[in-house]
Amino acid sequence: MSFLSNIWRNEKSREIIVQIFVLLCIGWFLSWLISNVDANFKALGKDISFEFLFIPAGYDINQYLIDYNNRDSHLRAGIVGLLNTGLVAVFGIILATVLGISLGIIRLSKNWLASKIAYWYIEFTRNVPILLHILLWHGIIINTLPHPRKALNLADVTFLSNRGFYIPKPLTENGIELVYLFLVIAIIFSVLFFKYAKKKQDLTGVQYPVFWINFFVLISLPLIAFVISGMPISLEIPALKGFNFRGGMHMSPELAALTFALGIYTAAFIAEIVRAGILAVDKGQREAAESIGLKSSKVMKLVILPQARRVIIPPLTSQYLNLTKNSSLAIAIGYMDLVATLGGISLNQTGREMETMVIVMLIYLSVSLSISAFMNWYNNKVKLVGR
Amino acid sequence: MKTKILLAAATAGVMFAGSVLASTLDDVRARGKLNCIINTGLAGFAAPDDKGKWTGFDVDFCRAVAAATLGDADKVNYTTATGKTRFTKLAAGEGEILSRNTTWTFSRDVDLSQTFVGVSYYDGQGFMVPKALGVKSAKGLDGASVCIQTGTTTELNLAEFFAGNGMKYNPVPIETNAEAQELYKAGRCDVYTTDASGLYATMSSFDNPADHMVLPEIVSKEPLGPVVRHGDDQWADIVAWTLKAMMAGEELGITSANVKSLAGKDNKNKEINRLLGKDPLQGISKLGLSADWAVNIIGQVGNYEEVFEKNLGMSTPLKIARGMNQLYRDGGLFYIPPIK
Repeated sequence: MSFLSNIWRNEKSREIIVQIFVLLCIGWFLSWLISNVDANFKALGKDISFEFLFIPAGYDINQYLIDYNNRDSHLRAGIVGLLNTGLVAVFGIILATVLGISLGIIRLSKNWLASKIAYWYIEFTRNVPILLHILLWHGIIINTLPHPRKALNLADVTFLSNRGFYIPKPLTENGIELVYLFLVIAIIFSVLFFKYAKKKQDLTGVQYPVFWINFFVLISLPLIAFVISGMPISLEIPALKGFNFRGGMHMSPELAALTFALGIYTAAFIAEIVRAGILAVDKGQREAAESIGLKSSKVMKLVILPQARRVIIPPLTSQYLNLTKNSSLAIAIGYMDLVATLGGISLNQTGREMETMVIVMLIYLSVSLSISAFMNWYNNKVKLVGR
Repeated sequence: MKTKILLAAATAGVMFAGSVLASTLDDVRARGKLNCIINTGLAGFAAPDDKGKWTGFDVDFCRAVAAATLGDADKVNYTTATGKTRFTKLAAGEGEILSRNTTWTFSRDVDLSQTFVGVSYYDGQGFMVPKALGVKSAKGLDGASVCIQTGTTTELNLAEFFAGNGMKYNPVPIETNAEAQELYKAGRCDVYTTDASGLYATMSSFDNPADHMVLPEIVSKEPLGPVVRHGDDQWADIVAWTLKAMMAGEELGITSANVKSLAGKDNKNKEINRLLGKDPLQGISKLGLSADWAVNIIGQVGNYEEVFEKNLGMSTPLKIARGMNQLYRDGGLFYIPPIK
């Protein structure tokens, strides 16, 4: 008895006992859930099977980054949907980041008007649900832009209509290899030059206009190759045929609406994160930087932002994850993402709601975890190194 | 990570937990109400009227089953479902009947463990276009943007029709009929496709129905009918024979107006007697129904013709002709087994 009470009195062993107990409770709960699912599926005469993934999907998808037709499998339809999710997430993240950082900095501007405009933008945008943003943008595009037959015509090569935006598509011809080669050379030169200039500055303090030189090299080298090899790129110009434009590159109203809505909505949150990050840097840092004569743009770039970055990145990761997950609202306007294909039409055609939902959840989980892992890696790289 | 998934999956599974042990009829009687799964809104089939009461062809079928089992057609709880959620809701026990223009297909009947009890409406997929488009045939739709109500057999028919005719199209899948209509009206799509009955219903709700037309091609067979869960044969029989009783009512000339007087007297046609409980109908007690079940159905809801004409017929904005949806003797497809 005294042995048992001793175990209980010992802080260390008591902790272990409590943890074992909690673990048992969780395990019991899980096994109850699983057996419940199992029993109910048996009672309904259903089984769990993933064979449906390999039968032809039978439906068409309006935007595919890899080849797809309706004889391909449900699995491939799901992958096409996943790539569409990825596409809109990447577009959205780029837009949200650029817009958000700019707004966050403008919000702190000493210019009263600019600061207030950013303030109202942020307050309005982030207090309206994302679904309404999506429906609003989709509504604007399909209701205000004209029918394809009366499409807004920009120089006979670019067309805006309520079926989407059409731009010319570059087609490569023989001789393009030379342009690629020169581009690679230009990139290698830029990287080497950047490193050289940095080393030189560290040693002697001499500064080169690195950005402008690299910019010039990156543009001019491929351009020279392009002219030498006889301009091996032609443009496929979209043209109205029948009901719609054909040829060229096409951005559907759904993709555009979703990108705008996700980007603009998330930008408001990012702006606040950026503002918080900048304000978190001690004002002595700014004063010190100014006192050694740095221009205000340099103060921001060299002193404030590198320190603010540490505060910004963890919440920024959450925003990227939110944006990616919010893209599943695409189904409201008919953008065929993962939820609309595998979690929507495939589910309905095969009736395998448990299987499709588990797959869709797993995919979102792994996408989110990979974004998270990448941002954690980046965060570790930039975080304050303790000495 | 693994635990999280199992937890999520299991939580999803709990939602499927329905009461599948007691008989469905006992459940309904104990509750005193029938739970019926209907469309979220499709004029003529299931739509709320100006007082917020559900009306329509599919709704009347729910009422008929309530009349047969509970003796009162008004004892129905309605649950709405989209094309995507309907089978899940039925499997989860949110309703005893799915009465929501659902197409009877092999895989839905067999693979999804559901029971289709009969056809209440023979339909087919069609195309609606604005007359201004100048298209006279579905074969002229190459390259068109097509709005589809998703979660139906429609996507597959569409894919097969266009591929079969060597045409291309741009699908725009939309979750509900209401949203699809908005996109069609805004010109996002050239064409709207769903079952022809749905097209007529949609067109009737437009400001200028005359500006639109349904193309002559019907590209699929869509036998629509009520669905019940697999495994309770008694309940499946009740629902199946409710539908047949409504059709038999039309065949035998029994209407909501004359059913009471026909039930009170000895008719020359003994089939009327058996249907209305005047003469014994062997086995009716096995269904768990009272002898006046058909009197309740026809008296409170009407026979098939009455229900069709009231909700879909020429006197309604939908103006749908009976077509295939009449008795075999009138040139339709309804051939009712003898009531013996």
